[in-house]
Amino acid sequence: MSIIKITNVSKSYATVKALKDITLSVERGELFGLIGPDGAGKTTLMRILTTLLLPDKGSAQVCELDVVNYYRKVRNILGYMPGQFSLYQDLSVEENLKFFAGVFGTTIEENYHLIEDVYKMLEPFKNRPAGKLSGGMKQKLALSCALIHKPEVLILDEPTTGVDAVSRKEFWGLLRKLKAEGITILVSTAYMDEASLCDRVALIQKGEILGVNKPEQFAKEYPYRLFSIEHPDVTLKLNEVRGFNSCKGAYLFGGVLHFSSINNNETPEGIINQLNGIGISNPIVKSIDAGIEDCFIQMMES
Amino acid sequence: MVHNRFRDFLVKEFKHIIRDPRTLLIVILMPVLQLIIFGYVVSNEISDARIAIYDKSNDYLSQKLTQKLAASGYFLPVRNIKTDAEIDQAFKAGDVKLVIVYEPNFAENFIRNNKADVQIITDASEPNTASILANYAQAVITTFTNEQNNNGISANRLDIRSRMLYNEELKAVYMFVPGTMVLILMLITAMMTSISITREKELGTMEILLVSPLRPSQIIFGKVLPYVSLAFFNTIVILLMGYTVFGLPLRGSLALLLLVCFIFILLALSLGILISTLSKTQAIAMFMSMFALMLPTILLSGFIFPIENMPKVLQWLSLAMPPRWFLSALKTIMIKGEGFAYVWKEIAIMLGMTAFFLALSVKKFKVRLE
Repeated sequence: MSIIKITNVSKSYATVKALKDITLSVERGELFGLIGPDGAGKTTLMRILTTLLLPDKGSAQVCELDVVNYYRKVRNILGYMPGQFSLYQDLSVEENLKFFAGVFGTTIEENYHLIEDVYKMLEPFKNRPAGKLSGGMKQKLALSCALIHKPEVLILDEPTTGVDAVSRKEFWGLLRKLKAEGITILVSTAYMDEASLCDRVALIQKGEILGVNKPEQFAKEYPYRLFSIEHPDVTLKLNEVRGFNSCKGAYLFGGVLHFSSINNNETPEGIINQLNGIGISNPIVKSIDAGIEDCFIQMMES
Repeated sequence: MVHNRFRDFLVKEFKHIIRDPRTLLIVILMPVLQLIIFGYVVSNEISDARIAIYDKSNDYLSQKLTQKLAASGYFLPVRNIKTDAEIDQAFKAGDVKLVIVYEPNFAENFIRNNKADVQIITDASEPNTASILANYAQAVITTFTNEQNNNGISANRLDIRSRMLYNEELKAVYMFVPGTMVLILMLITAMMTSISITREKELGTMEILLVSPLRPSQIIFGKVLPYVSLAFFNTIVILLMGYTVFGLPLRGSLALLLLVCFIFILLALSLGILISTLSKTQAIAMFMSMFALMLPTILLSGFIFPIENMPKVLQWLSLAMPPRWFLSALKTIMIKGEGFAYVWKEIAIMLGMTAFFLALSVKKFKVRLE
């Protein structure tokens, strides 16, 4: 059964079409990733699900409750963590938690097992005002506050943006544990590398869903052969490389060029030969498996 | 359970107030400071105020009274005036605060007709000073009359006609305490509540509150209730200071006075809520309360400028100003000492305005982000 069901949802702001005819569903117990660059429409979609915005067209249900008509009921079963840090900076860690527990008609003790892991990390700072926490700690506190009432569905809007790599890793660890508790999680992120940590991901760009799949399936369904090219001068010759006959696309990932080929019989040696032809000698070329970023770029192109 | 939620919300709101030194300063210190500043302006001690004498009689009695005025220490006769036109000139030149006018045949009228006229003219463009000077002069003249009567010429009367130039009705005299109250209550209730509600919008916490099971009415009342109690506390402080330090009269019923204050707090509050539903950021809320609310209400409520002296258009406009009715009710209760029968209209108007603003806010309050 789909716990979140989005059907043909469109939403426009004054001048921008934020969402164009989105259809998407999330199954119970899934850790679902909504992946796309800034401005893709992730926040708008989440705000429609959390009943904070009305769709122009289409409908959405959470636990079979329409988010427009039954917004009060939907608000009771959701846990929501907005993109912007939205806790009371002048209240301490403990006071924030107590407040949100109270607002949702529960206590910290009642659902302590849910937040135990997060709260243990926060405990040494429990008397510190939330405004004075580090970025990672703030996110953990926000997660605890969103969890305190044991929501059925947890919606997290870019929870790891602006958080250091270690805290990000910890945060995803916490999400996996929550998933094990049976909570359905919809999480958005602009970091492609986080896609592989989800059960399923939807790639979203400019208000459109480019594709929905398991992260590893995305890679498996990548339609071209992919190679990595390493050479100090390769960035200078990008246009020549893109001019190769077999080239579908060539994109830099850090210092490494990912080269996709429409020629199914392409070999690293063949590419090395072509590179030599444009004056790049001794490049390191390897055949590689596609990552989610490669898929995303390929989908954006087509 | 619902009750509990609301209590948690209230506790949180009080914590915000207590932990923000700026809010605390505004709420606790400002009322007292403002009252002292206004109070100082009104109660500065009079000594050697420069006055002019327009003696149309120039007999022994008029001269004696002039000496008496000079000897009081409050007045310093600096000028003798010979014509009516000179009165205006003396005031315009600004070197004279008060003119004493004796009628012709002053002493003769006093003894033969048992009644003589003396006129006190003040420059009421500074209403507070003018009224104090006039009161002092009257006191001196009354004492003088009593002395004359005790000397054997009994039951003779000096008719004092006091005239305030430029602000004939002297509406502002007792108004500084009620006026300060209006300012403070407007500031604390309207401005602070609108800012505290918009702060949640700006920080993004409103997003979470909206998604929570709290009802919009609970959010709003939770946010405003602490300010109601603070405003009421301030009302009592201001009234106490007005009564004890500045000798403001309280001739009517205290319960009625507090009721009127409470109704005005609700009115200011409903304005604050309305502002918060209309503005997205604290800056806009502040701007709206300062410029769209505070300034016109101060200027048009009769606090500083008497309504009677305004152009007709502004007089009509002042009818729509909530503090106008509050000030009018305060004056009736405190200074005139009248009861409910004389303020029911003001109370009804204020309640009507409150209902109107609240209804508008409910209509405008967004249960969503747009």
